Amino acid sequence: MDTPSDLKYTKEHEWLRIDGNTATVGITDYAQGELGDVVFVELPAAGTEVELMKPFGTIEAVKAVSDIFSPVTGKIVEINELLENDPMVVNRDPYGDGWMVKVEMTDTGELGQLLSADDYLKLIQ
Amino acid sequence: MPYIPNTDADRKVMLDKIGVGSFEELLKPIPEKLRLKGPLNLPEALSEMELLREIEEISKKNSSLKAIFAGGGVYDHFIPQALNNLLSRPEFVTAYTPYQAEVSQGTLQVIYEFQSCICRLTGMDVANASMYDGASAAAEAVSLSAANRRKSKVLVSETVNPLYLDVIKTYLAGREIEIVTVPHAGGVTDYNKLKESVDDKTACVVTAQPNFFGLIEDIDAVSELIHNVGGHLIVAVDPIAAMLLKTPAECGADIVVGEGQPLGLPLNFGGPLLGFFAVKKELIRSLPGRLAAKTVDIEGKPGFVLTLQTREQHIRRDKATSNICTNQALCATAATIYMSLLGKSGLKRVALLSMEKTHKAVDAICSLPGYEVCFDGPYIREAAVKTPVPAGEIIDRILDRDGILPGIDLGRFYAGMDNVLLVAVTEKRTDEEIDMLVKALKG
Repeated sequence: MDTPSDLKYTKEHEWLRIDGNTATVGITDYAQGELGDVVFVELPAAGTEVELMKPFGTIEAVKAVSDIFSPVTGKIVEINELLENDPMVVNRDPYGDGWMVKVEMTDTGELGQLLSADDYLKLIQ
Repeated sequence: MPYIPNTDADRKVMLDKIGVGSFEELLKPIPEKLRLKGPLNLPEALSEMELLREIEEISKKNSSLKAIFAGGGVYDHFIPQALNNLLSRPEFVTAYTPYQAEVSQGTLQVIYEFQSCICRLTGMDVANASMYDGASAAAEAVSLSAANRRKSKVLVSETVNPLYLDVIKTYLAGREIEIVTVPHAGGVTDYNKLKESVDDKTACVVTAQPNFFGLIEDIDAVSELIHNVGGHLIVAVDPIAAMLLKTPAECGADIVVGEGQPLGLPLNFGGPLLGFFAVKKELIRSLPGRLAAKTVDIEGKPGFVLTLQTREQHIRRDKATSNICTNQALCATAATIYMSLLGKSGLKRVALLSMEKTHKAVDAICSLPGYEVCFDGPYIREAAVKTPVPAGEIIDRILDRDGILPGIDLGRFYAGMDNVLLVAVTEKRTDEEIDMLVKALKG
């Protein structure tokens, strides 16, 4: 199981890659493994406002459906179009092509509440 | 006649197995005060022959109507005998919505055919395997929309079947959803009032085509209003009248629901009925109920499956937007047979004949003193007629005296409409029966 050390994590199993004001968000390798084959990812349109730890989408696997929580407050500026026709990219490459949304953050102070890779590893072990 | 097949020997085997000495001992944990003392106050059991005789005697008390002119969502259409013969085949009669779905290919195929027929009828992309009735389908549509749009306000036109509104209210009770009714003006949804009520909190508008008064609504106008705020247009349609109108899909509907009873089901004293439910493709993952699909197996042979089950509550659990996981299998089968027997042209002919006869009857009624059409708008198979005395009195009198059910008393549903009778005439009514109705209303 992969938990890259340059990313931030939430206890709801999302990861973030921070680039200035923009956070790229996806679900962790652990989360995709627990869910199993992903059959559908429901995401809001670009432009939608998201709130800290509020659900903004859902991820459907063969045996379960989970909410995807926003790790930060802000506005979605881009969604991963790949997921529409190939949702299993989330299973194959959760930290790469399996990303879900890019969020323009309104309060980077929120980042302090996120988990480091080590913290996250402790949580799931 | 032995109604309980267990013998004393069977009972002893079962009691021995669980280590209990007698049936009395099995019941011991039940407190004494809760136990029945002495026999139930019931008459002596009858033999099969005596029982049949008694039921026949009781059934003679039923009055048999000469003609029915009541509609309001449920209509007295002709049902071809072939339908009943096909429907009573054991494979259909015993077919429940399958849980181990793929073992019942025939059942799945019938459901798939039903869904396809409903899509053809409504112009929508996808229909589910059916629901309990039009009212619960309407409530499910509202529920779907509120969850999908994540909005809390729902508008329902007063011209939608008032029983649907009741069920919508019951269904959504306890949820944080505000249901606002939009009044009618001249028998159709008041466009200006609707415009005032629509805002960015609005998840959907529920309308009916034709509406409960039998009139044609301007659905395109409603579509524009609600879509401007990102809400859904829900249209409740009558499947027979729909044959003569632009499809709800062409009018911009996101969700189409309706009562399928006119498609080959008897009046059944008001039930069981048959709800149908169709959506645009974008809403397929929010669709309530079962969904059958056609596919190919690994050898390339065609087959049928239940599909997209991640929508359903056994996977989605508390996040499911519906807990319907069944369908109205036998009634949906009847409707599928009816639509297949009649075909598009046959259904259209039923609609046209019903329309001609309704207009003929309403014209004749309105030539009587004190009777006139209640609203000016065009109608298809049903019309509201003003009466010189309360409609309820007329119905009671004619029902008793002439054995005719002349229509529905709109005063039961709308304040100030005690003197309005809702009259529907199907293709089944003869000229003689229409004359009988007019004569009965006259005297």
